[in-house]
Amino acid sequence: MTTSEASSRRERPLLKPVAAGASALLVLILVPILVDTYQLQLLTYGLIAAIAALGFNLLLGYTGLLSFGHSAYFGVGAYTVAFVVGHLGPHSMEFYILIGVPVVAITSAIFGFICVRHTRIFFGILTLAISQVIYSLALKLFWVTGGTDGLRVPRPTLLLGLVGFSGSHGFEQFIKSYFYYVLGVFAVCVILMWVIVHSPFGKALQAIRDNEVRARFLGLRIRRFRWIAFLVSGTFTGVAGILWAPLNGLTTPDVLYWTFSGEIVFTALLGGFRNFTGPIVGGIVFTYLKTYAVATTEYWQLLLGVVLVTLVLVLPTGIVGAISRAGQRFRVRSSTR
Amino acid sequence: MAIFTIQVLNSLLYASVLFLIAAGLSLIFGVMRIVNLAHGSLYAVGAYVTAWLVGRGIAHGVPLGWLFLLLPVGALSVALIGIVIEPLLLRPFYRRAEEYQLLVTFGLLQILEDLVRLIWGGTPLSADTLMDALPILHVGGLFYPADNLLVIGIGIVAALILWAAIYHTKFGVMLRATSQDRRMASALGLNVGLVYVVAFGIGCFMAGLGGAIVVPTQAAVLGMGVDALVIAFVVVVIGGLGSLKGALVGALVVSFVRTVGIQFFPELELAVLYLIAALVLLVRPTGLFAETA
Repeated sequence: MTTSEASSRRERPLLKPVAAGASALLVLILVPILVDTYQLQLLTYGLIAAIAALGFNLLLGYTGLLSFGHSAYFGVGAYTVAFVVGHLGPHSMEFYILIGVPVVAITSAIFGFICVRHTRIFFGILTLAISQVIYSLALKLFWVTGGTDGLRVPRPTLLLGLVGFSGSHGFEQFIKSYFYYVLGVFAVCVILMWVIVHSPFGKALQAIRDNEVRARFLGLRIRRFRWIAFLVSGTFTGVAGILWAPLNGLTTPDVLYWTFSGEIVFTALLGGFRNFTGPIVGGIVFTYLKTYAVATTEYWQLLLGVVLVTLVLVLPTGIVGAISRAGQRFRVRSSTR
Repeated sequence: MAIFTIQVLNSLLYASVLFLIAAGLSLIFGVMRIVNLAHGSLYAVGAYVTAWLVGRGIAHGVPLGWLFLLLPVGALSVALIGIVIEPLLLRPFYRRAEEYQLLVTFGLLQILEDLVRLIWGGTPLSADTLMDALPILHVGGLFYPADNLLVIGIGIVAALILWAAIYHTKFGVMLRATSQDRRMASALGLNVGLVYVVAFGIGCFMAGLGGAIVVPTQAAVLGMGVDALVIAFVVVVIGGLGSLKGALVGALVVSFVRTVGIQFFPELELAVLYLIAALVLLVRPTGLFAETA
């Protein structure tokens, strides 16, 4: 193999995802021209869910740890924004992020430190138990958290107070600008996550996932790797929570309850947790699926449950997994012909 | 002193319900290595079926004493659901990764929760006529319903029967053999599929019985199953997943902590429970009474 061949081979894998990502981003940028405010708001929710699932999947898909407590980091992000609104200065989105990200990072660092002592089923139960500590505090300390009423989060200003929203068309303007804002954060998160999972650190995580014993023999400090993965994962999901609070206008303990963690798991599985793009697709599809289910029937949970069970039974690799497999089969068939 | 007695009785009451739920969860995990997230919802189904049956019974003029026979009927109906669920939904997942097992039971939870709402609606369903059928006892100047003692009694009897069934019958030997080594048990000629169905059925029966005995004292409401599941998790984590003795001790610990908590630190009562569970997982990962696998 000549050197030019080797280098082109090394470069080509990067070219394809960059092209795909750029064209997807372009489509997303053009969306506000085509759809109305409601659809745009829905898509913004979808992007936020995608960020949450993307973070979650660093643990499930790349480290092999199933967390049933990621509602905690989402909720801590959302509640931090609400506290900042209530007790601290400027109603600026950048300020929320500035305060929120360290808070969720510290929270996930502490919880992660405890949880990574276990794997498999006990890891799941431990993450669930710890997330419920936060839930019960948010529920019971009602003079701080508003109890089941939650806390209100008004529309913040964007870009250091340059873009504000008041007046008669404030809501439409806010949704439109906020969509681009979330899209920007989303793009940054996707690129960051892409870099992380393709870095030596990401490869180490995958090695640990596939064979823990062998990874230890190679000299990897398994628990520390898992801990850092947990920290990054929780922080990404927390960022989703930070973005979610102003869009929803309200934080309630519902986003801390363990069934919400279940929804995050559902999201990742729906898209396919063995793929990088799976959780992103899952987040957007799940948001539409849930909204559609809630709109059509009072028994939307039943519908979602049936979808989940069927999904696990017949489509375990998720949407993206199924599509890529179908694509491979098609390619194989056309090449043999 | 009377207050103290009543508080102890109250926590025993709560403990016997919790034990029934947690022992079922633990049994299912011990035998088939599945954490059944829908277990709490099965408990809720037991409560709803029983309350509904009692309501029907009253409407048809069944004498009060006979209504108590409806409690095991409610539990049996949950066992029937379990017998249908296991081969249909769970069996395809034993060979697959744990993530899928958790997810399929999570889907089942969502389905069961909404089916309950679809069938019985959003209003709480109560069977408190049963409680009124039994006399009120006097405990040092305070009143205590005899029905609560019945519930405690049922919890104790259920624990004894389960213990006897697992450790002193032939079926118990088969159950433990399958639990320890499924393939070896199968190679020795045991019908593992049958053992699984029966074990899951028993586990569901316990959950249903928990729901059945709780419904005279408190109404069946939406969301009771989901709440119960997390508490049952705390119980099995403290006691050790897959251990019967652990479920018993865990249920006692949780219910006493809860009773004390409600008395002295009501805001932190739930948080303290989860913290205890997290602490136990840290110090003794497999719980206080886990059978070494």
